[in-house]
Amino acid sequence: MELNVTELSVARGGLPVLEGVSLSLAPGQALVLRGPNGSGKTTLLRTIAGLQPALAGNVTGAEDRIAYAGHADGLKAMLSVSENLTFWAAVFGTRHVDAALAAFALEPLADRLAGTLSAGQKRRLGLARLLVTGRPIWVLDEPTVSLDADAVTLFADAVRAHLAGGGMALIATHIDLGLEAAVLDVTPHRVVLDAARLGASDEAFL
Amino acid sequence: MRALLVRDLRLALRAGGGFGLGLAFFLIVVVLVPFSVGPQSELLGRIAAGVLWLAALLACLLSLDRILALDFEDGTLDVLATAPLPLEAALSVKALAHWLTTAVPLVVAAPVLAVLLNLPAAGYGGLVLSLLLGTPALSVIGTFGAALTVGIKRGGLLLSLLVLPLYVPTLIFGAEAARRSADGLDATTPLLMLAGISAGVLALMPFASAAVLRVNLR
Amino acid sequence: MSLWEYANPVKFLRLSERVLPWLWALAVLCLASGLAWGFFGTPDDFRQGSTVKIIYIHVPAALMAINGWFMMLVASLIWLIRRHHVSALAARAAAPVGVTMTLIALITGAVWGQPMWGTWWAWDPRLTSFLILFLFYLGYMAMWSAIEDPDTAADLTSVLCLVGSVFAILSRYAVNFWNQGLHQGASLSLDKEKNVADVFYHPLLLSIAGFVLLFLALVLYRTGTEIRVRRTRALRARQGAGV
Repeated sequence: MELNVTELSVARGGLPVLEGVSLSLAPGQALVLRGPNGSGKTTLLRTIAGLQPALAGNVTGAEDRIAYAGHADGLKAMLSVSENLTFWAAVFGTRHVDAALAAFALEPLADRLAGTLSAGQKRRLGLARLLVTGRPIWVLDEPTVSLDADAVTLFADAVRAHLAGGGMALIATHIDLGLEAAVLDVTPHRVVLDAARLGASDEAFL
Repeated sequence: MRALLVRDLRLALRAGGGFGLGLAFFLIVVVLVPFSVGPQSELLGRIAAGVLWLAALLACLLSLDRILALDFEDGTLDVLATAPLPLEAALSVKALAHWLTTAVPLVVAAPVLAVLLNLPAAGYGGLVLSLLLGTPALSVIGTFGAALTVGIKRGGLLLSLLVLPLYVPTLIFGAEAARRSADGLDATTPLLMLAGISAGVLALMPFASAAVLRVNLR
Repeated sequence: MSLWEYANPVKFLRLSERVLPWLWALAVLCLASGLAWGFFGTPDDFRQGSTVKIIYIHVPAALMAINGWFMMLVASLIWLIRRHHVSALAARAAAPVGVTMTLIALITGAVWGQPMWGTWWAWDPRLTSFLILFLFYLGYMAMWSAIEDPDTAADLTSVLCLVGSVFAILSRYAVNFWNQGLHQGASLSLDKEKNVADVFYHPLLLSIAGFVLLFLALVLYRTGTEIRVRRTRALRARQGAGV
């Protein structure tokens, strides 16, 4: 089933930031989002993931199919690497974490406490979480932050494998991952505010 | 759901998890009481049931912000909100974990501390029973408070200000039950009221907690 | 034309600007005549002496303390269901007025209680309930001021108001159970037999009307202020965004 986003408008802090965003992803496809800082990429991804309501427009095919990875990794410092993964696997109703550990070269670290990992290793663990969710649509917000070149390659391989298995990925990133992916620049969708427009919360007061 | 419970319990028991802090606080408050009201054992015996209930309530309050704040900061709640587990269930589990790690030790320790305060012998059963019935309500109401204030930096004080008035009915019936049984009176009515409050908040409060947490996550 | 049209902030402001002067005037008129009649035009009570005259402030303030919370509850529900901004802001505006009424009721109660019961404060169930109501008001206002984003704040405080209402009622019963108390029965009821004596009744009604009007005027006025604050905020945000 496809992920379809039609004419989506999103707001941050009561102000509209993006409007009229449409995109669609079929199984096996990836889409890379680009745009300057503050252009609303994170807000768009969180809206698609269902974490915040949209101002207007529709998202279909996302319900219970999205694995979201934001700026924070959702890791517990006092749990070991494998305990962290096993927990998320159980929450998402899957079992096996070995493949996820292997995909991000985390096997040697499996019994280390997550709190003792470096920033890049933590990030790898956070991304390995995507694999254990068993969900078809990955929604990733700057996934390569603090990753070195080798880890970026690992990540790109994991995305490729996910797509090959019929998965989909929506990625906001600045670097080139070497993926066969369409690119969507959100800049044209940025909201130009004018006094007549209605929609966002604060506008009722103008 | 079990995975979440096991994880929360494990985190509470590991270093920095704060397990035992509530218990230590409970002990210290109870020890301080005779210093403030005087050592007469007759007076202490009369106020013991109420003091123990108040101290247990404050010890519960102290650990409330740990229920959600850490999971909010590290992004766990974002992922939980998109997980197959309904947020209402996740919050109920978290309240249960808080009850198991904070309130149950208090219930176990209460009879021991009651000795220090010279609680009349008749009161022990009522004290433990009332704490057992009442503390689940404290944990569940506290989870609501934690969900309300999770997005606020240094929300601890606000959390207390919001939660303490909500604790009033539980405290009144709980302490009343403990006092009545200490005085050798029948405590059935307040115990039933207490059980009713616990059952009511267990059934309804998670919906309110999940609603405010969703607001705070967006 | 429906009532909901006034959910539009601009229309609401226009309406309240037209209504407010009349409301103020009526409130002052009712209050002044009710209080003057009550203080100078009624005899002293044969048991309570002239102390009884504090009833003209105590009872209306206590009524408005509870009605204020009730109004916040209704406004919160309207916000949660229909998402009208004016409603959320009216709830916010009512809280400080309600808390002041609660405080007036508590203080006049203490002043009245001192000669009657021989103590400034007793843990009488009704006094205690008002004290708890006061705490609920404080928590509600603290919640509003702790959150920056106004819509988030409106959502959170609305749920808090709902939950708080349930617990306020629970507390009322718990407190009754806990202590039977000294308070005299309700001073007013629809059952005419039980009302306070007729001489006190009419001026009391007048001052209650005065308090209701005063409450409405204050809440309308404050809601207007809150709307203007939001408007300023919206304009600033727009300016920051380069419009």
